[in-house]
Amino acid sequence: MSFTHHSHPDAAKDFVQNTERMKWHDEALWFVRAKRDRIAHTVPDWEELRNQASAIKQHTLSNLDVYLQQFEEQAIAHGVQVHWAADAREHNEIVLKLLNQVGAKKIVKSKSMLTEECHLNPWLEQHGIEVVDTDLGERIVQLRKEPPSHIVLPAIHIKKEEVGELFHEFLGTEEGASDPQYLTNAAREHLRQKFLAADAAITGVNFAIAETGGFVVCTNEGNADLGAHLAKMHIACMGIEKVIPKTADLGVFLRLLARSATGQAITTYSSHFLKPAQGTEMHIVIVDNGRTTQLGREAFRNSLKCIRCGACMNTCPVYRRSGGHSYHNAVAGPIGAILAPNIDMKEYADLPFASTLCGSCSDVCPVKIDIHNQLYQWRQELTREGYAPAGKKMAMKMMGNVLASPKKYSFSGKLARKLLKWFPKLSVNGRLNPWGRQRDLPDVPEQSFREWYQQQSSQKQSR
Amino acid sequence: MRVALFVPCYVDQFYPKVAIATLHLLTRLGVEVEFPAGQTCCGQPMANGGFEDYTKRCNRNFVQQFQGYDYIVSPSGSCVLHVKDHLHDDTNETAATTIRQRVYELCEFLTDVLKVDNLDARFKGKVALHQGCHGQRGLQLGSPSERMLPFFSKPLQLLQMVQGVEIVPLNRGDECCGFGGTFCVTEEAVSVAMGNSKLNDYRQNGAEVLTGTDMSCLMHQEGLIKRQQLPIRVMHIAEILAGTT
Amino acid sequence: MSRQQILDAIRKNKPELVAAPVPFQYLSMGEDLAPAFVAALEKVGGVVVILKERSDIAATVQEHYQEMTRIADFVNHPRNSNQALLHDAASIEVAVLEGQLGVAENGAIWMQESDCISRALPFITQHLVLVLDKKKLVASMHGAYAQIDTTKEGFGVFIAGPSKTADIEQSLVIGAHGAKSLLVLLIG
Repeated sequence: MSFTHHSHPDAAKDFVQNTERMKWHDEALWFVRAKRDRIAHTVPDWEELRNQASAIKQHTLSNLDVYLQQFEEQAIAHGVQVHWAADAREHNEIVLKLLNQVGAKKIVKSKSMLTEECHLNPWLEQHGIEVVDTDLGERIVQLRKEPPSHIVLPAIHIKKEEVGELFHEFLGTEEGASDPQYLTNAAREHLRQKFLAADAAITGVNFAIAETGGFVVCTNEGNADLGAHLAKMHIACMGIEKVIPKTADLGVFLRLLARSATGQAITTYSSHFLKPAQGTEMHIVIVDNGRTTQLGREAFRNSLKCIRCGACMNTCPVYRRSGGHSYHNAVAGPIGAILAPNIDMKEYADLPFASTLCGSCSDVCPVKIDIHNQLYQWRQELTREGYAPAGKKMAMKMMGNVLASPKKYSFSGKLARKLLKWFPKLSVNGRLNPWGRQRDLPDVPEQSFREWYQQQSSQKQSR
Repeated sequence: MRVALFVPCYVDQFYPKVAIATLHLLTRLGVEVEFPAGQTCCGQPMANGGFEDYTKRCNRNFVQQFQGYDYIVSPSGSCVLHVKDHLHDDTNETAATTIRQRVYELCEFLTDVLKVDNLDARFKGKVALHQGCHGQRGLQLGSPSERMLPFFSKPLQLLQMVQGVEIVPLNRGDECCGFGGTFCVTEEAVSVAMGNSKLNDYRQNGAEVLTGTDMSCLMHQEGLIKRQQLPIRVMHIAEILAGTT
Repeated sequence: MSRQQILDAIRKNKPELVAAPVPFQYLSMGEDLAPAFVAALEKVGGVVVILKERSDIAATVQEHYQEMTRIADFVNHPRNSNQALLHDAASIEVAVLEGQLGVAENGAIWMQESDCISRALPFITQHLVLVLDKKKLVASMHGAYAQIDTTKEGFGVFIAGPSKTADIEQSLVIGAHGAKSLLVLLIG
């Protein structure tokens, strides 16, 4: 499930073209954003909570090696096995090795953006292992052979009728059925069988607590728990940034996470894993995959504060209208656009430009990542590293020259206004100028303000 | 009090009436305004496009033009925010720093510096206020809908002083219009979709006039309005506050 | 080895130490937490019944789940009496368990491994009944973490309502993979 490269504007254009679907997608996500607003309004210390969450994360990042070691030590003391992976490949190899050790062939997996980032599923499938995504949304996209389009709402781009068709084909539901209750129930029955038959369970990690060595996984469906508790082996995969210092810190993060993500006060299940159950194995895989590099980039390091709530996607006016798949990256939306270039600048050079820099993402972020500022900074960085298109570079250079000189500026301004007056069709019509495809240009005035101002001043003097 | 008027380049060239209204408004409020004649642009178009490095000489010109004033006032939240956040000049960083601290968007200059509580202005019509993002969230001209703060809006506060203005409520009060500088051409499809959502919101709520603190957002939305021949007039907030209908 | 490589990279790249913030100063919610707790739980699809006496539990469960026969009640009966049921946990219709602590701001109930009887039970049962002493309510998650000890047992969970999903067109469906309903019996 990888993306064929298609730059954001092109992919987004395809998505926008279906106006009715685009509007529906926008409304669905706006609905979640509005729910988030309503519930956040009921928390009187909301802004203080955000400050606290941000401060805890900032502190943790500045002491990350110490906390990770503490976490590891505690986890081992509780009978958990800890593994470290430098990159996606090593992560996948570790998981495969663990599964092979116990001969596990059937795996259930709950939502983990890290395993998406590492493309774990295709890797395991190549090695003859069946992986079933058990989160309903993830199961839907898995059956469609698509990546999730949203980190919290993986199937937000799919309509219930399409789910109905899909389930009819794969789960044998009635043809034409599209009632969410009915379809969810069918998935429940289908996945119960998978849970009961699974040899091993893979989950993500929302928070790993250094002081105890425990970790917390949050779901609404209960799929992480059913998987982990019923299988003989539980593998939990986490990025290095998931660690927090203390159990008490969970009070802050769990108050923010679900409210920001879906507008719920808390997820249905907040499961705290500490030790393997009797007769079972528990493993934690701690993954870098570019995160230590991001830690070293001063302008971008605080993106590692992210708790993957997805609020920035729900609020992003661009994401809502371009859809998650137009970002050609496992994590879409504003946060994805600042994380992705860290891993591969060339591949993701277009993503930081998929924004109007409206700043809504930064204001909604529960851990106060300055997302829109980082988008701006990535633009500078990518240009400096030579990833800007040549034509754009030339145009910008010219513009810089003109605007540096009042004379050239006045001259060009006059010329531009004249040209527009003489050849309005040039810029208004046709596909040559994307401004004019669906928009008129302003009426061109006779005089610029400075010309008017000069005229006024000389009239005053001559009076 | 020496006050300089900073007129964004596209306002200078395409919307001189907005700068004239700003000048009249300030003059009527007893402020003596100067227009530094050699000003060009704040450099935002290059910088937001990823070419901050090409703004050096543009910035230097800005500093030369605007140093020495007590206040620099502009009818644009976006350009003011850019100056506040990104104006630097390695040949005269002290002056650049001072300018960053002294630059004001028109509305905040009226409410925070002049402390205007009364405008002798009239305007009849149902007005929708577009809260440009850079003003709203960047300069905090109002409480952004994402933040859990007591409600305030400096532009709204001023509009309410104008006799006859009827403010229409919006479904998504501070949603971005999709202008976004070069974004409006590089991501034309999404940009237009965003703009159209705004227009639907205005129409659903019966707005006759669209106003805002940024002519750039308004230019984009006006472009759509004109192409679709919608019955909405577009005016910069300075024009309404100046009462020049 | 990757472990060393990662830790070295962190040491090289991390910023200067930023002090940890002082513990969060949270607001109190007043004395009577039950109304807030009940409201929060009902909002997430839970049903709350307030009982005067613990002796009313069995009858209330029976009344609430009239059609069901495979009821594993661990509050009124000792663990070993339900062994047969536990053996085929997937067939349990109703599990009755004791919660340790309830959180008024979100309706969540804390349970540790021993409260769950077996880790999977609260999730695999079709319906879940949690019994909670009214005196065991705290205002917020901060208060909850101040009281619970997450290291005492191998597993613990906050449960807030029945399992749910909104993954199909954002329409809320109660009963995803876990319990299809949650009945909370608030005692006192």
